[in-house]
Amino acid sequence: MPIIASSAAEAVAGIGDNSTVLIGGFGNAGQPMELIDALLDGGATGLTVVNNNAGQGDAGLALLIKERRVRRIICSFPRQSDSWHFDAAYRAGEIELELVPQGNLAERIRAAGAGIGGFFTPTSFGTMLAEGKETRVIDGRGHVYETPIHADFALIKALTADRAGNLIYRKTARNFGPIMAAAAKASIVQVSNIVDTGGLDPEVVVTPGIYVNTIVRIPAAAPEREEARP
Amino acid sequence: MNTQAADVAHSATRLGREELAALVASDIKAGSFVNLGIGQPTLVSNYLRPEQAVTLHTENGMLGMGPEAQGDDIDQDLINAGKIPVTELPGASYFHHADSFAMMRGGHLDVCVLGAFQVSAGGDLANWHTGAPDAIPAVGGAMDLATGAKEVYVMMSLFAKDGSAKLVQACSYPLTGVGCVTRVYTNEAVFLLGAEGVQVRKTFGTTLAELQDRVPVPLTAALG
Repeated sequence: MPIIASSAAEAVAGIGDNSTVLIGGFGNAGQPMELIDALLDGGATGLTVVNNNAGQGDAGLALLIKERRVRRIICSFPRQSDSWHFDAAYRAGEIELELVPQGNLAERIRAAGAGIGGFFTPTSFGTMLAEGKETRVIDGRGHVYETPIHADFALIKALTADRAGNLIYRKTARNFGPIMAAAAKASIVQVSNIVDTGGLDPEVVVTPGIYVNTIVRIPAAAPEREEARP
Repeated sequence: MNTQAADVAHSATRLGREELAALVASDIKAGSFVNLGIGQPTLVSNYLRPEQAVTLHTENGMLGMGPEAQGDDIDQDLINAGKIPVTELPGASYFHHADSFAMMRGGHLDVCVLGAFQVSAGGDLANWHTGAPDAIPAVGGAMDLATGAKEVYVMMSLFAKDGSAKLVQACSYPLTGVGCVTRVYTNEAVFLLGAEGVQVRKTFGTTLAELQDRVPVPLTAALG
């Protein structure tokens, strides 16, 4: 059964220097902001972070990068209109970038959780992102060998957990959550709601509790537009 | 094979961005599963007719994507690959990233529409990186889409700002995918790419003969 932490700080307290951390989210959807803030406050440094992006604006992952806690990032799309903290760190030579096509990134994470020692994929064959990698022609088509991405921790955001650690997500905020939960030695999940065991329909559970180590409840902020109403 | 300009359908004027989007939309087969790339390809969704029953895929994990969300419908948990808030249509489904790219790579997606810096006569695509030494590279799902979809349609202007053709014998920009593009929709012509070489299906405000003078790849008229 997972640990139910009383705060985000308690949930991430075990993450030490030089850890590899999978961080869920695609842009801000599904990004576990409060867990990242707690990781920042906790002071861990020398991190290897895996995320689709490299932070947006002045929140979450962007602040970890700004404070130079991230030594290396593995991602598919670091350059955005509001990725100024990554851009500055990268141009200063203070962060290492491993650029991975988005589907290869997802499948490498999935492979780690599924115990697969790598796979051949046609994606990136013949491009500069395949340079130096093993290739093989399968059924007449060029493929590139990609390795699994294992991690010490995953920080993810889901909508609801039960006390057995089963998770459901919300809309496109699901993105990397299920595969990251499986790929890490320890997955830490922030949820809006925790219900009693049996409170989730087993038919709709997306991430089974076997992949979940720590849960913390972070109530969802009230939508801002409510305040504007008379 | 005949290279007479008269054999290629043509219209009097070049196509604007919206007209090009409407043309791409009208060419998508009814019942298709389609992914529209960020930028100009997104315009195609405005011209898909309900009776086409096209299902839109967004690679961050959704099938059955609806139009951009407005007002109270904006939900930061419901976004497209360009991180724009969108809506869900009846019959929509959500799935995680590995499933989303498996349906792409696994050949389940009928069409993707992408922008491009360059396309080669053999269907190579360059659309992710200028190759400039000071550029921060970002690839996203471009390589997965180019490699995975059954048909890859490119929408682009035929000529770059410096006047050079973007349909070329060999791409000078870093490649996104090899031999993957099947059609190129431009403001001046529609090109079909395949074993027959580069065929021109229709021209807009120009002729096949004029195009052949300005585009550095052999062009033939598409039959039928």
